[in-house]
Amino acid sequence: MDYFLEIFWGGLTRGSIYALIALGYTMVYGILELINFAHGEIYMIGAFTALIVSTALAMAGMKGLTVFILASVLAVIYASAYGFTVEKIAYKPLRQAPRLSPLISAIGMSIFLQNYVLLAQTSDFLPFPGLIPEFTFMQPYAHIIGSTEMVIISTTALIMLLLTVFIKFTRMGKAMRATAQDRNMAMLVGIDINKVISSTFILGSALAAVGGVLIASHIGRINFYIGFIAGIKAFTAAVLGGIGSIPGAVLGGLVLGWTESFATGYVSSDYEDVFAFAFLVLILIFRPSGLVGRKTIQKV
Amino acid sequence: MPQTFPQNKGSVLDIVNLTMNFGGLRAIDAVNLHVKQWEIVALIGPNGAGKTTIFNCITGLYKPTAGDIFIQPPGRKRKRVTGMKIHKITKRGMARTFQNIRIFSNMTALENVMIGRHCRTKAGVWEAVLKNKRTRKEEKDIVSQSYNILAKVGLTQAVNELAKNLPYGAQRRLEIARAMATEPFLLLLDEPAAGMNPYETKELDELILRIREEERISILMIEHDMKLVMSVSDRIYVMDYGEKIAEGSPSEIRENHVVIKAYLGEEFDA
Amino acid sequence: MRKIKELRQSLLISVWFMFLTFPIMVIRVNTIDNIIEWRWMNMIYVGLGSFVFSFIWRYLLSKKQSGAKLLKADKPAYLLPMQRIFANPWMQMSALFFIAVFAVIFPFVFSSYQINIMTTALMYVVLGLGLNIVVGQAGLLNLGYAAFYAVGAYSYALLNYHFGIGFWTALPIGAALAALFGIILGLPVLRLRGDYLAIVTLGFGEIVRLVLENWNEFSFGPSGISNIPRPGFFGIELNFEQVSAYLYFLVIGICLLAIFVIRRLQNSRIGRAWIAMREDEVACQSMGIDMTRAKLTALALSSMWAGLVGVIFAAKTTFINPASFTFLESAMILSIIVIGGMGTILGVIVGAFLLILLPEYLRALSDYRMLAFGAAIVLMMIFRPQGIVTVSRRTYQFSDENHAPDISTK
Repeated sequence: MDYFLEIFWGGLTRGSIYALIALGYTMVYGILELINFAHGEIYMIGAFTALIVSTALAMAGMKGLTVFILASVLAVIYASAYGFTVEKIAYKPLRQAPRLSPLISAIGMSIFLQNYVLLAQTSDFLPFPGLIPEFTFMQPYAHIIGSTEMVIISTTALIMLLLTVFIKFTRMGKAMRATAQDRNMAMLVGIDINKVISSTFILGSALAAVGGVLIASHIGRINFYIGFIAGIKAFTAAVLGGIGSIPGAVLGGLVLGWTESFATGYVSSDYEDVFAFAFLVLILIFRPSGLVGRKTIQKV
Repeated sequence: MPQTFPQNKGSVLDIVNLTMNFGGLRAIDAVNLHVKQWEIVALIGPNGAGKTTIFNCITGLYKPTAGDIFIQPPGRKRKRVTGMKIHKITKRGMARTFQNIRIFSNMTALENVMIGRHCRTKAGVWEAVLKNKRTRKEEKDIVSQSYNILAKVGLTQAVNELAKNLPYGAQRRLEIARAMATEPFLLLLDEPAAGMNPYETKELDELILRIREEERISILMIEHDMKLVMSVSDRIYVMDYGEKIAEGSPSEIRENHVVIKAYLGEEFDA
Repeated sequence: MRKIKELRQSLLISVWFMFLTFPIMVIRVNTIDNIIEWRWMNMIYVGLGSFVFSFIWRYLLSKKQSGAKLLKADKPAYLLPMQRIFANPWMQMSALFFIAVFAVIFPFVFSSYQINIMTTALMYVVLGLGLNIVVGQAGLLNLGYAAFYAVGAYSYALLNYHFGIGFWTALPIGAALAALFGIILGLPVLRLRGDYLAIVTLGFGEIVRLVLENWNEFSFGPSGISNIPRPGFFGIELNFEQVSAYLYFLVIGICLLAIFVIRRLQNSRIGRAWIAMREDEVACQSMGIDMTRAKLTALALSSMWAGLVGVIFAAKTTFINPASFTFLESAMILSIIVIGGMGTILGVIVGAFLLILLPEYLRALSDYRMLAFGAAIVLMMIFRPQGIVTVSRRTYQFSDENHAPDISTK
């Protein structure tokens, strides 16, 4: 039973991270119908920023939670800045282009960012400091769920709640929903589309950065390539839930997290990534509209 | 006035109790409709009445929820085509145009029509690579047949133009030419006169009649331009909210109170 | 006034990029020795670079916008000066002649090192041409092309290992297996829209690689397969130099075959159907084209070339492992056709030579290869989506005289 619970919580942790990254994919897709291939790289850059900042601060003598909070805040700021810039450079000039053009551009951006970090930093795995302290009240359950996992799950839950409130009730949230429904119509009623798109990228990147910091301190090491795999998996989660749908992304993330966790826990750990990819292929083939997505009718 | 044309033959298209639901919405409700050989039939009704949905069901784009579609090409056996794949239906002899023009913009006018010849020609990968005598002849035939069809709709001067560079009216006619290249027994025109000026509509009027005359095929068309509808159609179906509310000859429809009330109203005074 | 505004804007951009690249470019932490390295020079480079680049960017963007207007006025697309010279058929013929002579004497003049590089470049020409069938012509973005390449390479390596099957037998088998894989992948994904298809092919490519890496009993895992025999020449053992030249001519032959076959396909009933499919899937089906079949044909014909080159790759390097068939390999082949010119044979050839030979001869820059490719893909998509080589597609030109069709370049 403990083994089962351990896997369950492990899956929930994983799933939370996937959900955080998947939100970025889903929101961008909802508005631009673009698979933001470089999103995984934003997450990676978030994690790298946190690593650099926290190591620098730790060397300057700072300790514990301050380092964690400062590193996270800077990671979020930088990831958002990158997300914003990537959109301006690689996607904005291609709004009117054929559908595949921005996708190819996104792939180029992803390759560029990966190699940028590789060249400016290192190709080796870097140890990521354990920024999240061990809570004493968690001790009795440590064999089932660690403090870090607890923090990841609760942070994600809180963020989801805030995001829902943001999307539902704020002006910008409403503008985002309107734009996702019908971009031209939104433009006609006076919504500044560029602002909405930029905000979407900033928001999505911020969430990815949070995910990056959390997972990096959980796993304890990062390199320039983590964004690729995480990106594909998060995209799988987004598609699984129904791309364009925010609750769908969360649901998809959790389902994928559990599937992976149970598959590696009970079947085989060699094929961990194969499960995710196979899952992605299967969903796209059998239910491309996702778990909560609606089937779209082709209009002629 | 409708032209007189021999109409002693049976129907080539029979739609029986066709029903189509989208989620909870019933877009078409048990519609019956038929088209006889050499007949020009118009399908009219307000926007959202389900006219294009019927077209999409006939041509295989949608799979109807219930009901049946039968075809009987002249001199051939009656056949049920409900839910058949799009390209197979085209091959069986029904070809369509689209409400919002869907030509292949980056192909020339000639190439657009050549695509229509695809389902009547055979060359596969081997033939393409080896390019033997038969394939060369087939290619040559495709080109000259396509040219002849372009000539019929009066687009010879635009033969080598990219389709996207053609004026609007010409694009509509190109779509008709492309559909005709598939050698249909029934041509389905979805709002062929939409966006045309009165002069272009007049030309279209003549074109439709001429196609029937020369190709000896039937035409089913959706159209909002009442002048065109009244002048070319032999029979008219009227739809509203997914249901057929009337059918008859143009003069009958003109007098029909239900139709006037539901749809024509003041628009028809013109 | 405008100049000052632009200057201010560029300054802002440069400050923004200095801020943006600060943690990654300036700070480098060494977590083992606990040292922080501050690389302030990088910040200055970024500042200056982005300042200059912002002017170039603005200039290109404004040129693109005026270019779009020109295009609307139906002016012929801008051609490179080189292309204008080669528009002359006599120049074309003589250029072709010189290329042919050069290609034939090449292995007798240059070292086997040079020959090997050239062979690699030619292999990528074939890979590019193959991928171009699906991406450039049929408009299906395939991000897992390296998987088919792997299928070819592994089929030769494994068939040889287990059954001692020779190169020449493996060549068609590898091609056929790759084509079969293309169809197997194609069958379920045909209904998917363009961008989903791209992701599924990416997933498929990764699955193939991961399986090769993990299924030790089948593929010998990450350590790969070594001692794959080079192709024999009618039973004669060749020395290393001779094999290089032999493979070189073999690849030239395959290259010519690929060009011939693909040209024929382009100008055929099937090639036309592909273009129609790329233009509008609904209209294409409504015109009686069996899209499933057209897509599968494109996928199979495209994968086939990857399989073919895969077999040659295994024979050339005599050692293969899954690391040769990563997503980056697929991305690389995609870059070739994006940068060279999507949908055109000449573009793909130019792209392959550019992307393979440049980093090879500018060794100092080879670390920056992928960085440059990534940037180049983005820039090409924005400023020159048609690629370096602009050849307007050959269209059927109808000449009125006795209805004789005349196919010529517009």
